[in-house]
Amino acid sequence: MKYMLIMNTPRDGYTQYMNWPKKILEANVAFMQAFTKKLRDAGELVGGEGLASPEQAKLVRAGKDGKPITDGVFPEFKEFLAGYWVVDVESPERALQIAAEASTAPGQEITGADGKPITHLWIEVRQILGGHKEL
Amino acid sequence: MSLDLRVEHLLRDLAPQVLGATVRRFRDFAASEDAVQEALIAAAAQWPRDGVPENPHGWLVRVAQRRMADHARSEISRQIRESVIAEGAPGAVEPVTDDEPEIDPDDTLVLLFMCCHPALTPASAIALTLRAVGGLTTAEIAKSFLVPESTIGQRISRAKQSIKSSGIGFHMPDADERAQRLGSVLHVLYLVFNEGYTTSAGTALHRTDLSNEAIRLTRAVHSLLPDSGDVAGLLALMLLTDARRAARTGPSGELIPLDEQDRTRWDRQAIADGVALAGAALSRGAVGEYQLLAAIAAVHDEAECAEDTDWPQILALYGMLMRLSDNPMVGLNHAIATAMVNGPEAGLALLAPLDNDARLRGNHRLDAVRAHLLERAGEHEAAIELYRKAATRTASVPERDYLMLKAARLNS
Repeated sequence: MKYMLIMNTPRDGYTQYMNWPKKILEANVAFMQAFTKKLRDAGELVGGEGLASPEQAKLVRAGKDGKPITDGVFPEFKEFLAGYWVVDVESPERALQIAAEASTAPGQEITGADGKPITHLWIEVRQILGGHKEL
Repeated sequence: MSLDLRVEHLLRDLAPQVLGATVRRFRDFAASEDAVQEALIAAAAQWPRDGVPENPHGWLVRVAQRRMADHARSEISRQIRESVIAEGAPGAVEPVTDDEPEIDPDDTLVLLFMCCHPALTPASAIALTLRAVGGLTTAEIAKSFLVPESTIGQRISRAKQSIKSSGIGFHMPDADERAQRLGSVLHVLYLVFNEGYTTSAGTALHRTDLSNEAIRLTRAVHSLLPDSGDVAGLLALMLLTDARRAARTGPSGELIPLDEQDRTRWDRQAIADGVALAGAALSRGAVGEYQLLAAIAAVHDEAECAEDTDWPQILALYGMLMRLSDNPMVGLNHAIATAMVNGPEAGLALLAPLDNDARLRGNHRLDAVRAHLLERAGEHEAAIELYRKAATRTASVPERDYLMLKAARLNS
C-alpha cells in the first residue's frame, strides 16, 4: 500500500530555515539524505520531491478566453507544502513509523503558523488511492 | 505469434531451469540469480535479431556460467585488493565447460520453495519470485507495481540477504516441511494474482500481465504436483476469477459488480477449465480454502444470469469456509450469501457481531456490505449514509466512484 508523507511549513518557514546556523543546516541536510537513502535501500521508496519556497508561487485559473489569470498567494494561507515522500509499505503502521522518523529531522525550533515554537514537525500521512480488487 | 513474443515465452519457461543448473554448479544463489538475469537480458536482445540458438537452454546456461566465472574473478581481485584474502582461497572458481547441463523439472519447485520462504517479507518474496522463477526483468516488475526499478532491485537484494542469513538452501524441503512451505508458495502466487487483478485506470495492461504470470507459475506447480488439491484449487480459483476480466470494468476503468456484468464477455474456455479443475480438486478428500473459494467462483461463473445464481449452494460453501477460516472477510461474504437466500434482515443480523472485530475497524467493506443490504431492505436513508462513509474509507478510486454513485442514485 502506498502512502504520501507530507511535510508542511508555515508561510515564512523557508526564510526561517535559510537562517538556521550552518551546523544545524548541515545536520538537517545530512539527515534528509540519509533518511531518503534508507527508504530506498529498504525497497520502500517510490519517490519524493522538495518544493521551492512559496514566495514565487502563483494561484492560477482560466479566464473567459481559457488563458491563465494569475494571482499571488493569498495572505490568509498559513501553511504550505514543503515536500513529500511516497512510500510503498506492508502496513499502515509502517507508514506511521516512517513518518515519525521523518519528524525527527534535526533543526532549530521554528515558529509555527500559530506563533508557537515547533521542535518536531508534524508529518501528514495520507494513503494513495489505487485500483480495486472485488466488490 | 511474433518472434519477439515466442522468445519471451521461451525465456520465461527456461529461466528457472537455467537458474537451477547454475545454482547447482556454483552453490551461490544470489550471484547465480544475477548471472541468469544477465543471460536472459542478453538473449532477449540477441535472439529476435540473430535467431534462436539450436539449444537455447544450453546457450543460456553457458552465458550465465561465463558471467559467474567473471563475477568470481572480479570478486577475487577485489579481495586481493582489500588484502583480506586467505592463502589458497581463490581455488573456488570452477572452469566453465561446455558439458550439456542437466535439466531437472523439480528446479522450478525448489526455487519457489526458496523464493517464497516465510522468512522473507511478502514484498521481497514476490519480487524475487517474479524474477528468479518467472524470468521477468527488474524493470518489468517495477512497471507492474508502479514503483521505481531501484526499489524492486532493493527488494530483490534484501530477499537474497534473508535467504543467505536464514540458511535456506537450494534443495527440496523434507516431507514434513513440504506442506507448510507449499502454503507459503501458494500464498505468494495468490498475492501476485490479486495484484494483477487489481485494476487502476491507465495501467490495466501491465497489471494484467501479473495475473497471467501468476496463472502460468501456478500451472507449472500444478503440473509438478498434480495430486495436490490446494494447488489445483488455487489454479481453478485464478482461472474462474480471471475469466470475468473483460466484463468487470467499463470503458473508462469503472467498476462493474458481478450482478451487472455482461456475462457473454466471460471467457467460457477458462470457466470450463476452472470448473473441471475445481471439481477434481474437491473430490480429492481434504478440502482447503482455495478449493472452496474456487467452488464458489465456479457457482457464480456457471449461472447464465445473476438471477440464476445458486445462492443456497454458495451459502453452504461459505458455511464450510467459515469453519476453516476466521477471516472476517469470509464472515462478510457469508452474510451476503445469507441475505441472498434468507432476505436482507437475516444478512444484517450476521453483520452485527462483525462490528466488534478489530480487524475490520476502519475498513470500508463492512460499511459497503451493510449499505447494500440496507438498500435491499428498503432503508434508503441509512444505506446512503453508509455508502458515503464507505466511499471515504476505500483506498480504491474505481470503488470510491462506484460507492459515491450508489449513494447519489439512491438520493435522487
